[in-house]
Amino acid sequence: MYKFLLCSRYLKTRYIALASIISVMLGVATMIVVNSVMAGFSTEMRGRIHGILADIVLETHSLDGAPDYAAHVRRITEAAGDDIEAVSPTVEVYGMLSFHYLGTWITRPVTLIGIDPASKAKVGTLTGHLGNYQSQTDKQGRVLQPALRPLTQHPDWELEKPYLEYRRTKQQNAPFLQDVVQEMPATAAGDQAPAAADDGDPFANERPAQPVEEVSPEPLKARLYVGASLISFPYEDRETREIKSKMMLQPGDDVKISTVTAGRPPKAIHFNATIVDTFKSGMSEYDSNLVFVNLEFLQEVRQMINPDGQRSLTSIQIKLKDFRDADKVVERLRAAFAPEVYSVRTWEQKQGPLLAAVAVESAILNVLLFLIIAVAGFGILAIFYMIVVEKTRDIGILKALGASSGGVLSIFVSYGLGLGIVGSGVGVVLGLLFVWKINTIEAWLTWATGIEVFDQRIYYFPSIPTHVQPIMVFWVACGAVGIAVLASILPARRAARLHPVQALRYE
Amino acid sequence: MARPELLSACPTARPGPATSAFDETQPQAKTHISAVAVERAYRKGEHKIPVLRGVDIAVRKGEFVSIIGQSGSGKSTLLHLLGLLDAPDVGEVALYGERIDDLPARARDQLRNRVFGFIFQFYHLLPELSVLENVLMPLMIRYSAWQYWKRRRESLDEARGLLANVGLGHRLSHKPSELSGGEMQRAAIARALVARPEILLADEPTGNLDVRTGREIMDLLTRLNGQNDLTIIMVTHDESIAQQAHRVVRLAEGRLEAWADAA
Repeated sequence: MYKFLLCSRYLKTRYIALASIISVMLGVATMIVVNSVMAGFSTEMRGRIHGILADIVLETHSLDGAPDYAAHVRRITEAAGDDIEAVSPTVEVYGMLSFHYLGTWITRPVTLIGIDPASKAKVGTLTGHLGNYQSQTDKQGRVLQPALRPLTQHPDWELEKPYLEYRRTKQQNAPFLQDVVQEMPATAAGDQAPAAADDGDPFANERPAQPVEEVSPEPLKARLYVGASLISFPYEDRETREIKSKMMLQPGDDVKISTVTAGRPPKAIHFNATIVDTFKSGMSEYDSNLVFVNLEFLQEVRQMINPDGQRSLTSIQIKLKDFRDADKVVERLRAAFAPEVYSVRTWEQKQGPLLAAVAVESAILNVLLFLIIAVAGFGILAIFYMIVVEKTRDIGILKALGASSGGVLSIFVSYGLGLGIVGSGVGVVLGLLFVWKINTIEAWLTWATGIEVFDQRIYYFPSIPTHVQPIMVFWVACGAVGIAVLASILPARRAARLHPVQALRYE
Repeated sequence: MARPELLSACPTARPGPATSAFDETQPQAKTHISAVAVERAYRKGEHKIPVLRGVDIAVRKGEFVSIIGQSGSGKSTLLHLLGLLDAPDVGEVALYGERIDDLPARARDQLRNRVFGFIFQFYHLLPELSVLENVLMPLMIRYSAWQYWKRRRESLDEARGLLANVGLGHRLSHKPSELSGGEMQRAAIARALVARPEILLADEPTGNLDVRTGREIMDLLTRLNGQNDLTIIMVTHDESIAQQAHRVVRLAEGRLEAWADAA
């Protein structure tokens, strides 16, 4: 009984000890904030990767692919049919995307992925990334323009009405536009730089006339979902200092795609295609690299159709009923498909190096931050030693009154425990508050220092993502309490071993 | 009046040797606490400084004995040995003729809690606790949290009664720092008595008080001695204070010099 009474009195009256736990508190808060932000980034990133890739991807080593999709599906079903929810065939190949913008040709390397959008939407979150499914909202969250397509409608390569109208208008204006471009004096064309116009643009006469192509009113046979970063560039709004992206093309516009056939030797092929929609997964690696094409067209143009009508494919994306079975299914599929021709990997294995790098980073940070708490532990040790020296006489009195050494030891150990609980408790609250308000804090820091703490251009997130894992908070708090208790044991042992007579003589 | 229930709780307890050194006028059965040929030395670096060089003392039940001596004569050390705060290098301490100085630590802790009450020159109250909490401390030490909670009413009544008895009934919630010296010593006496000890060991209880307050404290001790049949052993260097006891024992250079029954 006396242990708790004294322990609580010491907690209330020794403010110097509270100073020592501030370091524990800050350590705990920092660990929670860092872990939550890292987990937030990681979760967000994983979600984005996982959304584009399916649970399991079965690929041929060759870009030319393997024929007969139905036979593949049969084999997959035989091997692990019970665990599989959906499959989708794809053809992957490298290519180039080129389009004409403000007088120059822009060419970008891309990965062309031939998909069947209906089945693709079942194996991943394709619809969630496509522009037509997003409603336009302003900052307060008011809907400016509802989504063009309801989420229940599967993607089907159809050009939405407003874009179709845009395309028709553009087609009607094409001859006129051609005239304007040719007749427009070069000086007047530079509407952004009237000052320069006075001096006369030395290159004005050399500027090539903008070639306006023949545009058919209906969308072309080749349809594309283009990664948003491929056809846009980021810029900073002069007034609001916000990062916006400027679209160079929009759905309804045509682009040129270059790639190779599957034959030997591979021959270069070029075709025009209509952008039907843009997609934005949030992973810059995907948004600035992937172009989805309709599968049938890509197979045709790459000559991936056998004389007997069998179409080839390079990979099959598989969605599982329960991702926890992934390893088991991968094992079975590896047994069913010859490793000389196919590789079977989960999306995590496919993105292994990236995910591993994040995991290593997070582990190292945790070790470093835990060392900070350990340093705080030494602070507690020192301050406890001081308190034991200060309390020498009281320890003598307690022993004279019959307190055992174990009892005296437990006073100081429970004192350490109490401090640890208070420190990590306050630390947990502080950390969670910080995580909760992190974007407000970031905005305030940016305002106060004038330096952008969280640059959207770099991180590709509109705000700092966080993800609080209760188990992590629990272990961090336990670790901090453990360190406080450990640090109190040495001084507590010293207190317990004090000889009562010597303690009482201390005046 | 042996205490079999206490000593039997300690497995290593065994009967003490014959106490031949005692005064023949004091029947052995009545001896409450005794020390036989105790020696104690302190080490100071290389040197060994003997403090007690073979002291025999026996105190009867209900007796009020004062030990008088110069500073450094070893009187406090003798008191500490009797109260099991310290252990003799040579010799024995016995309670009702049974040796207690070699009991295991746990049993000695319990004896200190139940059989002995201590009061000190500098009162030694715990500064963080109120007067009432200080007085309750021995009971809190004796009982586990659960046991204490069950009998907290009786404990509180007991402590309040004792504080009223020593004249502090109105200052229960004060901190020691808010009390005068005499009040602190009275609180310390209440604390020493709350566990109903048989022996009160007082180390210069008036040493830090003015003459009048000191006399009040002495009156209180005398009253308690008479009322409760409490054995009191008091250490002092003040001749006039010492004379208020039944018997005065003089320590000089680590040996008992003289016995004298008080007037």
